[in-house]
Amino acid sequence: MTTFLQLMVNGLGKGAVFALLALGFVVIYKATEVVNFAHGSLVLFGGYLVLVTKDHIGWAAAAIIGILSAGLLALAVERLLLARSRHADPFSLALLTIGVDVIITEEIIRRLGVSVPFIGDAWDAKPIQLGGITLFRTHLVALLVATVLITAFFLASRYTNWGIAMRAQAENREAAALVGIRSSRVTASAWLLAGLLAGIAVLFIATQDFSGAGLSRGTHSIALAAFPAAILGGLDSTVGAIVGGVAVGLVDALSTYYVSFAFAKSAVFLVMLVVLVVRPAGLFGTRETTRV
Amino acid sequence: MNALHGVDLDVPDDGVLAVLGANGAGKSTLLRAVSGTLGLHRGIVTGGTIHQGELRLDRLGPAQIVRHGVVGVPEGRQIFTRMTVAENLRAGGIASTDRAAARDRVHALFPLLAERASQRAGLLSGGEQQMLAIGRALMAGPKLLLLDEPSLGLAPLMVERIGETIREIHAQGTAVVLVEQNAAMALEVADHAVVLSVGSVAMSGPVAEVAAGVHQHYLGTAATERRTLARWPG
Repeated sequence: MTTFLQLMVNGLGKGAVFALLALGFVVIYKATEVVNFAHGSLVLFGGYLVLVTKDHIGWAAAAIIGILSAGLLALAVERLLLARSRHADPFSLALLTIGVDVIITEEIIRRLGVSVPFIGDAWDAKPIQLGGITLFRTHLVALLVATVLITAFFLASRYTNWGIAMRAQAENREAAALVGIRSSRVTASAWLLAGLLAGIAVLFIATQDFSGAGLSRGTHSIALAAFPAAILGGLDSTVGAIVGGVAVGLVDALSTYYVSFAFAKSAVFLVMLVVLVVRPAGLFGTRETTRV
Repeated sequence: MNALHGVDLDVPDDGVLAVLGANGAGKSTLLRAVSGTLGLHRGIVTGGTIHQGELRLDRLGPAQIVRHGVVGVPEGRQIFTRMTVAENLRAGGIASTDRAAARDRVHALFPLLAERASQRAGLLSGGEQQMLAIGRALMAGPKLLLLDEPSLGLAPLMVERIGETIREIHAQGTAVVLVEQNAAMALEVADHAVVLSVGSVAMSGPVAEVAAGVHQHYLGTAATERRTLARWPG
C-alpha cells in the first residue's frame, strides 16, 4: 500500500511536469494549428542556460534566466521564422520546427559533451519522510508549481482580454480578425508562454529524482513524452493537455515499477494508441464534424 | 475564383448602401477586401484602392481596419460558439476604448443578449446568433458596419427584425453596407443600392432607381406591373 501511494505521488509529480509541457504544445497548436516539434529543444535550451549561469549568479537567479531564455527562444523562433511565412501551410511550419529542434538540440548536446549535469538544486535529492513513506521533493514541488500555474492559466483564459483573444482566435481566425484581435500578438504570446513553461519544466526533468537522466538527450526524449500526453488529451484542448499529462505521468510511474523501465517508455505510447482507437480526437478534443 | 474588376463604390458617411447580386457576383469578396481578410481566404488584392476619408485601408491589416472604425459581420455569423454570449461581446470590444458604454448600447438594441449573457453562444437560435454577431461588431464602435447576408437562413419574421435593427443602427449614426441576396429586405432598408454581376457593377444609384432597374433587368417587367408567380418565366 505504501509503495502504491509512493508510486501515485511520483506519477502525479511527473504528470504535473508533462502537463506543463503538453499545455505549451496545445496553446501553440490552438493559436496557430502548428504542431511544435521543437518543444524538446526549448526544454534543453532553458536547462542549458541554468547550467552555465548557476555557478556565477546562484541557482535561483539562474533558474529565472533559464525560464526567460526558453521563453525568448520560443518567441524568436516564431517571430523570425514562422511569422515570416504567415500564409504557409501549418504542416510545412511543423516541419520547420523539426529543423529548429535538430539544430538547437545537437548544438547543446555537443557543448555538454559527456557530462549529464543535474539542475534542480533547490529540490533535487532531498527526499521527504512522511510517516512510513519516502517522497521525492522534486515531485511534490512540481505538483505544487504546476497546480498554481495551471490554475492561473485557466483563470487568465477566462477573465483577461488576452485569454478571450486567445480563445477567440483558436475557435475562428477570421471572426477574430474581424473584431480587431491582433493575430500576430496572440500567436507570439502563445509561443512565449509555451517556452516559459518548457523552461520551468526542465528544472524538474533534469534531476536525479525525476529520471536520473540529467541534462542530456534523455531530457529531450522525456520532454517528447509530452507529445503523447497532448495527443491523448486532444490536441486542441487545454483541459485535455492537463489530463493527458497526468495520465502519462501515472502510466510511466506505474509501469516502471510493476513491469520494467524499458517497458515504461513504450507503455505511454501504447496508452495513446488505445485512446486514439476508441476516441480518434483524443479524450477532450473536438471531433471534426461537417454539417451535411 | 471570385474576382472583382473595376468596382467603384462610394458609401456616404451616414447612409445605408445595399449591395445586391446573385451567388458568385463578388459580394463577399468585396467585403473581405475592405475588411482586409482576403488573405485568410487565400485571396489577394492586385490593384485598386480603398479609402476611408483620406486614409487608405487596403494597406492595413484586419485588426487595424477595425481600429479605424470599419467592422465586418461575416457571412454565416461566425460567432464564437464555444464561448458565452458575454465573452463574445467582450471579444468584440477588445479594440474598443469604452467597452462598458458599447455593451450598454448593444444590450439596449438587443435586450436578449443581456438575458442570455452567460449562455454558450452555440446554443442560441439562428436569429439570436445573428443578433449576437451584429452586437459583437457594434462593440468595436464602428463608423462603418459591413453586413454580409444577415438574413441568410432566417425566418421571415426574424429577417424583418434584423432589417429594423439595421435601420436603428443607421439612425444612431453608423453607416452600413448591406450585402444581401434578399433584395426585398435590402431595398427596404437601404437608401442607395449597387447591383454586382460577375465581378463588376451592373447598376447603381438611389434605391428607388435601382429597384426599378432590378425589376426591368431581372424580371423583364416594370416594377409597377405585377404578375402572379405562376406566370413568371423560368
